[in-house]
Amino acid sequence: MIHTGIGNLGHLLVIISFIGAILAAISYGRASMSNTLNDSWAKLGRFSFLSHGIAVLGSAVVLFVIIYNHYFEYHYAWSHSSVNLATHYMIACFWEGQEGSFLIWSVWNALLGFILIKTNKKWEAPVMTVFATVQAFLASMILGVVIGDLKIGSSPFMLLRDVVSDPVFLINPNFIPADGTGLNPLLQNYWMVIHPPMTFLGFACTLIPFSFAIAGLWKKDFRDWIRPALPWTIFGGVILGTAIIMGGYWAYETLNFGGYWNWDPVENAVYVPWLVLIASMHTMIVFKKSDTALKTSFVLVISTFLLILYATFLVRSGILGNASVHSFTDLGLSGQLLIYLSFFIIATLIIAGRVWKEIPTSEKEASSYSREFWIFIGALTLCLMAFQVIVPTSFPVFNKIVELFGGLSSLAPPADQVAFYSKWQVWFAVGIAFLSGTGQFFFWKKMDKEKLKTALTIPVILSLVLSAIIFMVADIYNPVYIVVLIAGMYSIVSNGKILIDLMKSGSYKLTGGSVAHIGIAMILIGIMFSEGYSRIVSKNTTIISRDFTEEQNSNMIVLFLNDPKPMAGYQLTYMSENMEAEGIPGYISKSNLEDTEQPNYKVAKQSILIDDQVYAEAGDTLYFRNPENTFHEVQYISNSSGKSFTLFPRTQVNEEMGSTIVSPDIKKLWNRDLYTFVALQSDFEDEFTEWSEKEIKPLKQGEQFFINDYIAVFESLERLPNVNFVDLGPNDAAVQANITVYSENDKKILLQPKFIIKENNVGRPLELNQEIAVRVSLENINPADGSIELGIETTQKDWIILQAIEKPQINILWIGTIVMIIGFIIATRRRYVEFVKMRDKALA
Amino acid sequence: MKKSSIIGLIVIAIAIAVIVSTRENASAYVSFDEAYAMSTSGEKASIHVVGELKKNSNGDIVGVSPSQDMLSVSFVLVDDNQKEQVVYLNQPMPSDLLRSDKVVVIGGYKNDKFVADKVLLKCPSKYEETTIKQ
Repeated sequence: MIHTGIGNLGHLLVIISFIGAILAAISYGRASMSNTLNDSWAKLGRFSFLSHGIAVLGSAVVLFVIIYNHYFEYHYAWSHSSVNLATHYMIACFWEGQEGSFLIWSVWNALLGFILIKTNKKWEAPVMTVFATVQAFLASMILGVVIGDLKIGSSPFMLLRDVVSDPVFLINPNFIPADGTGLNPLLQNYWMVIHPPMTFLGFACTLIPFSFAIAGLWKKDFRDWIRPALPWTIFGGVILGTAIIMGGYWAYETLNFGGYWNWDPVENAVYVPWLVLIASMHTMIVFKKSDTALKTSFVLVISTFLLILYATFLVRSGILGNASVHSFTDLGLSGQLLIYLSFFIIATLIIAGRVWKEIPTSEKEASSYSREFWIFIGALTLCLMAFQVIVPTSFPVFNKIVELFGGLSSLAPPADQVAFYSKWQVWFAVGIAFLSGTGQFFFWKKMDKEKLKTALTIPVILSLVLSAIIFMVADIYNPVYIVVLIAGMYSIVSNGKILIDLMKSGSYKLTGGSVAHIGIAMILIGIMFSEGYSRIVSKNTTIISRDFTEEQNSNMIVLFLNDPKPMAGYQLTYMSENMEAEGIPGYISKSNLEDTEQPNYKVAKQSILIDDQVYAEAGDTLYFRNPENTFHEVQYISNSSGKSFTLFPRTQVNEEMGSTIVSPDIKKLWNRDLYTFVALQSDFEDEFTEWSEKEIKPLKQGEQFFINDYIAVFESLERLPNVNFVDLGPNDAAVQANITVYSENDKKILLQPKFIIKENNVGRPLELNQEIAVRVSLENINPADGSIELGIETTQKDWIILQAIEKPQINILWIGTIVMIIGFIIATRRRYVEFVKMRDKALA
Repeated sequence: MKKSSIIGLIVIAIAIAVIVSTRENASAYVSFDEAYAMSTSGEKASIHVVGELKKNSNGDIVGVSPSQDMLSVSFVLVDDNQKEQVVYLNQPMPSDLLRSDKVVVIGGYKNDKFVADKVLLKCPSKYEETTIKQ
């Protein structure tokens, strides 16, 4: 039975939300013209926005219900989910697709809109006009209405049969696929549950200051909008910042970039607006203190939101194409996205241009000894930092524009992106660290040369001494890194001094800034150590080819199974290939598993014992949620301490991406991470594997023999009632030989070659085992005495190619992130309390 | 001169430096012939070449040979102008090389041999949203 009702309900709710948003925009717009609170237009606006918001929430619930109940008659559920998905990943399916991610963005906007309606009085109408307009655009993205040739939006509530033309629907229009195509295995990660909604909450937060700024320009109330907008700017800063770092951590942990930041266009597209947001936050604070930087605040707040729209356009229009590893697939919405972006650019230009000359500016120049001056320079630095990133990121757009005018442009991103961006960003970051340290000393407006000298002496000396100790201990000679370290230490020391002073005077509420700056400086130092001193420990020299005589550096080593190799103070051994079964802790050796027709189910050959507890008996069928994942057990034994640990780097054969994806396993030590991944695994079924000539060995029951240098015993012959992959009829038969091979470390491996008679044909399927590098076949059986003839082919031992990277002091980066978040939260709270106080005095 | 003008000038100077450096560091998509011409004229910059692996008449990929120790690989790439070129990569064979549709090599000519620093693969995704498993 096709559940058409629920999809129609979802679609209806989207249409209601679209109409509701338009109505809300119109009525709130009329209300702000009339200038009186609580008139009927405002009431209608409030009512429309509430209905809009409820419809948005409703449609999100409907979409989740469709995914949760596996209604694969719906295209969205079919293409993003599957039966084998754990519940928390069903939440992730929600935003895997473009439609769902627009919806979650819209949900956040609606919720934030509710809060604004509740907390604001005089700003409600103009702010909500902007809000509702944005919401109307977002709703249109998932509207899914077709008028003639014009398609507006892509609905997540489309039935599969309406999207995909497949002959099966001609035969049976009510056909429902038994399973969906699933959430991309690469995204089956807990970060996929938390990172996207966090990012979209950050996106949603940038709308609030933007709406206030537009409202201020529109109502010619140029000054008052800052106070209610500021706490939201800070809140948006922490949410978006956290989301960005989460994304970095995700990449570090799961993707094999070898780092947490790859300067991919998709990453840059969010980094740039965040920098501008932070700049706007600072100029807003300057304005509150000193009445300067008002125009700058307008420009930056508006730019932040427009850059978010630009990022959306880059990531979702398909324009990035080859330039990015993780942009969305094109849904044909690029035109609509371009209209969305252009509408807000043009509308803001008109609104701002109309009144720009009337915005008050302060005539007097800020003194170089004022806090405002230095914060302003800091904001400028942040903007330049953003500019440097957005220029190369926009290459694909530039190429497109040149093409549009008939030209040809083939600009490609810099060959070494990381080096290119880093060499610029590091100097900006040093500037930020010095400014954030110094700016704090101008906390009191009256500062002159003499006072500054006394205030700065101790922090400067202290940070120099501390830096000197650190580079002695850590052997830092690179002049750039020395500068980075001094800058970072200086920022920590001087902000630390301010922090202590504030604590002494009991002004805990005011500590947000210094705490956040300390966090940022720690992040900078953490990046300097972990990237600057990131060291490939699996170094090697190799001859690249017979045509090249000179040796080249290779960053990887080959490990043969059970063959220890020394590497950077460790003895490394590749132990086994494993899989992860549902409900069983740890890993199960692949040698102990037999395939069935269903990739998700495999049969245990021997009982599975973990920590003296039996999890499965021989012959039990186990369930594998992700059969595409292989975990390579690699043991590290330290040469100095003799202590050992084991890592399980992962290889994932990801059909959805059409590629193999390798993920690292990370050993976390207090002062460094040891990051290990398998670049290539041997595949015994590929064309490069050379098998020995088949040796035929006659064996009696109980006989011992050698197989590829391992001792083996032919235990027994057994008749099988049924066999995987073959349907046995009444006259067919199948026999299996049980052979035990004694491998390294007292491990027993079972080989079970089969002899199958089906419809008078004999089948001798090859039994392949990577662990002992053989494939055997049961050539002949003698029913009289139970002896057999075993065909044996051997090959080179199983191997993996591994890379290990050491990332020193990476924990400083993660701790710094947490410190920064705490600082932001303190600051948000302070500004929000200020706003509430003023509002209740009826000034806001 | 006013302080704000000085700051303005500095900002403009940095912005120009950013643009110049971006232009200089930008790579380009070129053919093997162009890449060779660039290397003989002394340009050392890494470039991008897009091509396909060489196939024989049966459609099988030929010319891929991993080194003895498996830590590096060479393969024959045919660019858009049908020029064949042996490409050396000082990395283990990317696991999806043989399944790839299009290959982008980033690198350049060294001693008349094309050495890739990085290889990007475009694999035909088996995941096509147009077929339904029954």
